[in-house]
Amino acid sequence: MKPKVAFFDFAGCEGDQLQIANLEEDFLKLVDIVEVVSFREIMKEHSDDYDIAFIEGSCVRSEDEERLEQIRNNAKIVVALGACATIGGINSLRNYQNLDQVLKTVYGDKAEWISAYKARPIDAVIKVDAYVHGCPIDRDEFLHVVKSLVLGKKPEIPTYPVCVECKKNENICAFERGEFCVGPVTRAGCNSCCVNQGTICWGCRGLVDNPNQDAHTEVLEKYGLTVDEVVNKFRLYFGWQEGAE
Amino acid sequence: MNTIDIHYVTRVEGHGDILVAITNGKVEKCRWNIPEAPRFFEAMVVGRKWNEVHHIVSRICGICSIGHTLTSLKATEAAMAIPISEQDILLRKLALHAENMQSHLLHLGYLVLPDLLGTGSVIPLTKSYPDELKTVIRLHRLANTLSDMLCGRTTHPQRLIPGGFSRIPAMDELKIFKKRLYNSFSDLETLVDLFQEVVNTFPDFSRETEFIALTSPDEYTLYDGIIGSTDTESAPVTEYLSFTNEYIVPRSTAKWTKHVRDSCMVGALARLNINYENLSSRAREVAALFNLKPVCHNPFMNNIAQLVEVVHSVEDSIKLIGEIEASGLNPIPDYNRPVIEVKAGQGVGAVEVPRGILFHDYTYNQEGVCTAANFVIPTNQNHANIQGDLEEFVPQLVDKPKKEIELAIEMLVRAYDPCISCSTHCVEVHL
Repeated sequence: MKPKVAFFDFAGCEGDQLQIANLEEDFLKLVDIVEVVSFREIMKEHSDDYDIAFIEGSCVRSEDEERLEQIRNNAKIVVALGACATIGGINSLRNYQNLDQVLKTVYGDKAEWISAYKARPIDAVIKVDAYVHGCPIDRDEFLHVVKSLVLGKKPEIPTYPVCVECKKNENICAFERGEFCVGPVTRAGCNSCCVNQGTICWGCRGLVDNPNQDAHTEVLEKYGLTVDEVVNKFRLYFGWQEGAE
Repeated sequence: MNTIDIHYVTRVEGHGDILVAITNGKVEKCRWNIPEAPRFFEAMVVGRKWNEVHHIVSRICGICSIGHTLTSLKATEAAMAIPISEQDILLRKLALHAENMQSHLLHLGYLVLPDLLGTGSVIPLTKSYPDELKTVIRLHRLANTLSDMLCGRTTHPQRLIPGGFSRIPAMDELKIFKKRLYNSFSDLETLVDLFQEVVNTFPDFSRETEFIALTSPDEYTLYDGIIGSTDTESAPVTEYLSFTNEYIVPRSTAKWTKHVRDSCMVGALARLNINYENLSSRAREVAALFNLKPVCHNPFMNNIAQLVEVVHSVEDSIKLIGEIEASGLNPIPDYNRPVIEVKAGQGVGAVEVPRGILFHDYTYNQEGVCTAANFVIPTNQNHANIQGDLEEFVPQLVDKPKKEIELAIEMLVRAYDPCISCSTHCVEVHL
């Protein structure tokens, strides 16, 4: 029997679920190996009977916790899909600002109508079994994770930094070009796609496990960067991981 | 009492609810609510530097991330008077066509077609209409390939940066792509035929409203232009606030807007109503097949206007690549960073994204740090019109079975192609 799969979204841009439509012909193969039972963005039907739940987006208000707990109860496996769900992502930028002030300046005298707390990744609320990193997710990595889970295996994801892939791709190092890049401490698996396109690594896949702080400090010292510059860049995606609580 | 409570309308981007209550054939309640989680992007960009803002705001919307990025870049470039080359403008226009095609095809093929073919989602169509679905997928792939070639990738583009591009495609890539665009006309015909067969499934409903879109005398514009309206004189984009007039309503994390009437509509139908004369020849032929001409007040025809625009985007992309070919492509350095003189200033950017006119407005200090931001999102400009349509449409449905009423009003909301995650963070910030 095909495993039953459901997709859910919280605070995010739905760009990760879009990557599933962007599988194009592979989408047809995907629905051959799994049975999609709930996916609000593309289907009317809904069922609470599913084996694997994919969750996109961050949790940004307490009332969403109940929905997350229901999903956790219904699913055998919970997968966080994309940076907002895996690490809090870009949403945690505002965690460094005063929340009352943020609410007031965005919603003015109607601020009290709006409920929100600090943006957090899904595993800050419920247990998460697997992660598909990135902003947006990589379509091949998504398929790899789905195949692994369908086969009952734990999906393997890289535990080395983006620099490894960047060197393999023979990019000119962003630091050599006079720019600041968080590739040295960011989890690989994207094939250094942003640097390949002529920019920098912004850190969307989150901190690598056991980041080599000494090596990174060395790089920062070598290129004369200030703590403020570094912290500012880290906060784009690492806000929750760095302990914005 | 007959109550219809559609908690989370399906097959739309983001979370919207419809609540309808009918007693003895009388509509007691009829409400469009937006319970989407709030996101606060206007606050999030405050304190960030000029060369990061476009990267952050791309994350407002996965589907129209190229549009948000370009609107952001235009606002930043306006604030600091950063020049853009003619070549980069042509390439940016191509990128907008790519996104317009991708988004419209996703909406028409994956979200709207199931209503017209009587299924709950696109998944059963993989078995019942495999050839038609493969046609949609081929066209969708074509659009995404064009995005990849210009922007690095389709969702959250990498190459679009202040002052231009970090990388551009080679002329050969563009030429090969032009051929692929020519070869797509037969697929487009298949899609048009399919919609002609089922177009009568759309309810016959019209309500007079105001349409707003960018307009330009020379082209069916997505990238440049001034603000046009079917009700009033045009105005430069710097006067956008007089067209948007945002307000907050209860039960909605999104802001609503209005201009001279209680509501207005933006998107493909608005563009077609205002800029019909500048559509490409094939696109106008397709519009004629559906008897679609300005000013059309039937919101369901927004779907058909999207179909017309897909054809226009293909034809205009061929023309734009031809222009680049004629003038020759100037290569740019690897890891290109246009030299920019950072300065204090305020700037507004406006772009037509798939769902309508989008505004970004930034203020920067001397260090190029953003101190204030305002975004007005297309779907916000449509919320009041959706509510207005529901109030007039639902009374026409009261004698129908509950299931039919439910389907009809869902189809109405879906016709707007609402992008709700976009629309839930849409106000001014002054810190």
